[in-house]
Amino acid sequence: MEDRRAIIHVENLKKDFGKLEVLKDMSIDIYEGEVVVLLGPSGSGKSTFLRCLNQLERATAGTIVVDDNVITDKNTDINKVRENIGMVFQHFNLFPHKTVLENIMLAPVELKKMTKEEAKAKGMQLLKRVGLDAKADAYPSQLSGGQKQRVAIARALAMNPDVMLFDEPTSALDPEMVGEVLNVMKELAADGMTMIVVTHEIGFAREVADRIVFMDGGYIVEQGTPEEVISHPKEARTIDFLNKVL
Amino acid sequence: MSSIMQIIETYAGMLMGALGKTLLLTLLSLVFAMVIGMIFALMNVGKNRVFNFIGTVYVDAVRGVPLIVLAYFIYFGVPAGMKAIFPEFRLSALQAGTIALAMNCGAYMAEIIRAGIESVDKGQMEASRSLGLTYGKSMRLVVLPQAIRTMIPSIINQFIITLKDTSILSVIGFPELTNMGKTISGNTFKSLETWAIVGVMYMVVIVTLSKIAKRIERRVNRGR
Repeated sequence: MEDRRAIIHVENLKKDFGKLEVLKDMSIDIYEGEVVVLLGPSGSGKSTFLRCLNQLERATAGTIVVDDNVITDKNTDINKVRENIGMVFQHFNLFPHKTVLENIMLAPVELKKMTKEEAKAKGMQLLKRVGLDAKADAYPSQLSGGQKQRVAIARALAMNPDVMLFDEPTSALDPEMVGEVLNVMKELAADGMTMIVVTHEIGFAREVADRIVFMDGGYIVEQGTPEEVISHPKEARTIDFLNKVL
Repeated sequence: MSSIMQIIETYAGMLMGALGKTLLLTLLSLVFAMVIGMIFALMNVGKNRVFNFIGTVYVDAVRGVPLIVLAYFIYFGVPAGMKAIFPEFRLSALQAGTIALAMNCGAYMAEIIRAGIESVDKGQMEASRSLGLTYGKSMRLVVLPQAIRTMIPSIINQFIITLKDTSILSVIGFPELTNMGKTISGNTFKSLETWAIVGVMYMVVIVTLSKIAKRIERRVNRGR
């Protein structure tokens, strides 16, 4: 484990919203190919932490290094770094004025990573992977929630990211659609993608995560394998939380 | 009735010419107003405090001044103020009128565009930025195309207001439709007939334009 490369390095990260301190002091390394699931009660700072990793939220203090780029440094070209960090949102955030395929092609073509033809081929290949190649020309409004989220995952993958961030990807879904999205994520994990996932799906966490990070009040309370954190939690706050959700 | 026909027969050419001037003034003003509106709207929605301030001051200042005062200020005031440096400087009624209308309409347009941009869910900008697109590209490719749909009814409404506002510029002597009405009613002493004709002419143009606009609106909304 030790010689694996830390793809994300976070040191003493703090984030305030005005007077509200959301992240108080977070330090963590995330390694290549690792699947990390962030658990914790609402308001514990999980989503904020995730959004700091691609600077959708600017850190108040501390250092974040992604792929050897210090993204908390103002001189770093954050757009370049973001090309390698895919993000999937709770509310999908597909572009409603573009078709499914256009949603996926937009970034690779605009950022000159691929020609239109290449992006199209890549888009179709990704859609096949998430089981939606038949919907390439549909508009997002014509899709179910689960389908939208699978398209959103394909869109993020189109840039060939090194890391994927998932911000409660199944929380806005009807229960019967949760499975199809989790399955796509499981396959992605099996393919070796580095993933950081904020979720309330304990079953998914137990099955897929290499490491569980339990957060509360802006701190990491406890972390370890699913066996350690979910089955044998040590901290009182973790035990309390798990008792409520399990 | 016969006097209406008489006026139309005698002044048809001049009335149509004046209507053309009205439309020209409207069109020119709208083009500049769109540009002005877009610039100040983008200043207002961004995070730069200095731009926010400039944008707010512009919108408040222009909306706080009656159009007729703005027109007088630009047509008479500005050349008078520049006399010391550029004694030859003059603005034609068309130039001054276009500037005044464009400034006025631009301020309202800025508010319409700002509201349109803010009506687009914040997640759209975030999703686009998370893919590595710049703020400018995200605005142009993701946010604005969606904003425009919600803006269209208000923009059409503003276009119609601007068309009607051209009549105010009769006060600086631009020979648009209302000014022509003044001339004709002065010549013929037939106020009722003259102003009825002028009123109907405005109405026909505006109703036609709003019908066309409705059609555009429907087309844009298709496939949403």
